Amino acid sequence: MQAHIAHLEYLLRLGDSSLVLGQRLGEWTGHGPVLEEDIAMANVALDLVGQARLLLTHAAQLEGAGRDEDQLAYFRDARAYRNFSICELPNSGLEKGRTQSGDYAFSIVRNLLYCAYQVQLWQRLSSSNDAQLAGIAAKSLKESTYHLRHAADWTIRFGDGTEESHARAQRALDALWPYTNELFADDAVEQEVAEAGIGVLNESLREDWHAQVVAVLEEATLREPRPSHLLTTGKTGLHSEHLDFLLAEMQVLARAHPGAVW
Amino acid sequence: MSAVIEHNADAVWALLAGVLDPEIPVLSICDLGIVREVRMGEQVEVVITPTYAGCPAMHVIEQSVREALYAGGYAGARVSTTLTPAWTTDWITAAGRAKLQAYGIAPPGAAHANTAQVIHFKRATPQAVPACPQCGSTHTELLSQFGSTACKALYRCVECREPFDYFKPY
Repeated sequence: MQAHIAHLEYLLRLGDSSLVLGQRLGEWTGHGPVLEEDIAMANVALDLVGQARLLLTHAAQLEGAGRDEDQLAYFRDARAYRNFSICELPNSGLEKGRTQSGDYAFSIVRNLLYCAYQVQLWQRLSSSNDAQLAGIAAKSLKESTYHLRHAADWTIRFGDGTEESHARAQRALDALWPYTNELFADDAVEQEVAEAGIGVLNESLREDWHAQVVAVLEEATLREPRPSHLLTTGKTGLHSEHLDFLLAEMQVLARAHPGAVW
Repeated sequence: MSAVIEHNADAVWALLAGVLDPEIPVLSICDLGIVREVRMGEQVEVVITPTYAGCPAMHVIEQSVREALYAGGYAGARVSTTLTPAWTTDWITAAGRAKLQAYGIAPPGAAHANTAQVIHFKRATPQAVPACPQCGSTHTELLSQFGSTACKALYRCVECREPFDYFKPY
């Protein structure tokens, strides 16, 4: 793989993951379980979209094809998106018959798993050879650390809460755990950028991520799920059925009114 | 009429000190510490750094800077953005902190220079609590880690019972 292409793919993986998770969390706006959490999720979503803007702007410049962040966000179809699959899963979780409304435990546990990954990632990328990426990482680290704190607090509250909240947090954790494999599976893209000192091998983040997550699970009296062999492929552009719906909602305005500005 | 413009950086900084944050309109962008540099070339260039990456106020701020400089006689001034080093609430000036306090927002405590390493979560972790901007009591409690804007959290004073915003250390 050419170094230039790997670099671009890597930025899209990170930028698209932030964007898609930000859009997902934004769905809680007006639907949060309590007002404070409604605001909290909207704030986390805003930060993630902010990260995505920086990363996609950088990706567009690197691509050099005259596109910008908006064109990357609004005019690519699902197959061109490079986000991790865990980010696109619906807020309602994965059980059948629960597709209409969100399950807050599912969103919280996903944030715990993903934000803990981001914290590890941004720490390492703060010293990337790509100065622009290093700047974005140093900034995002502050925000992701705060998101992680929020997710960890609520995971502990749910896990060590009532029978119902414990059961729902555990169910969410069991459902989400297999999707974390993709975060740590390296392919030619990560190998290329790691060799160039631009990115890191995700496998090297796993131990610290695991220690971080398990510390929270223990405090929350939640059981660490057994390892799974599921390996999702969102970062290569092969997604679940959920991403198309998310993109349709996110992109409809820009596509219905091309060139529209605020 | 030909306006004679004092073409120096101090004059530009003075103009910038009049540009207010749209979300916290008692704070100037200089108080906030987001103006990083003023470059005096053929055209003036002001370098700013974003607070939060997704903060929607940044666009308004960029525009306000251009307008203020235009009004001050610097037509065609450029505003550019830098990410490095990342903004921190430690850059909020002492004057800015006093203004926040007077406005009813508790100013941020010290940000940790390095947020790295494994964070340990314990329910009873004692954390530095902000003092109530109304009555000064430190007997306050967190209501929500997130507040009305990206940069604030919501607290309540247990003494005077007033809820208040806390500018989060960043």
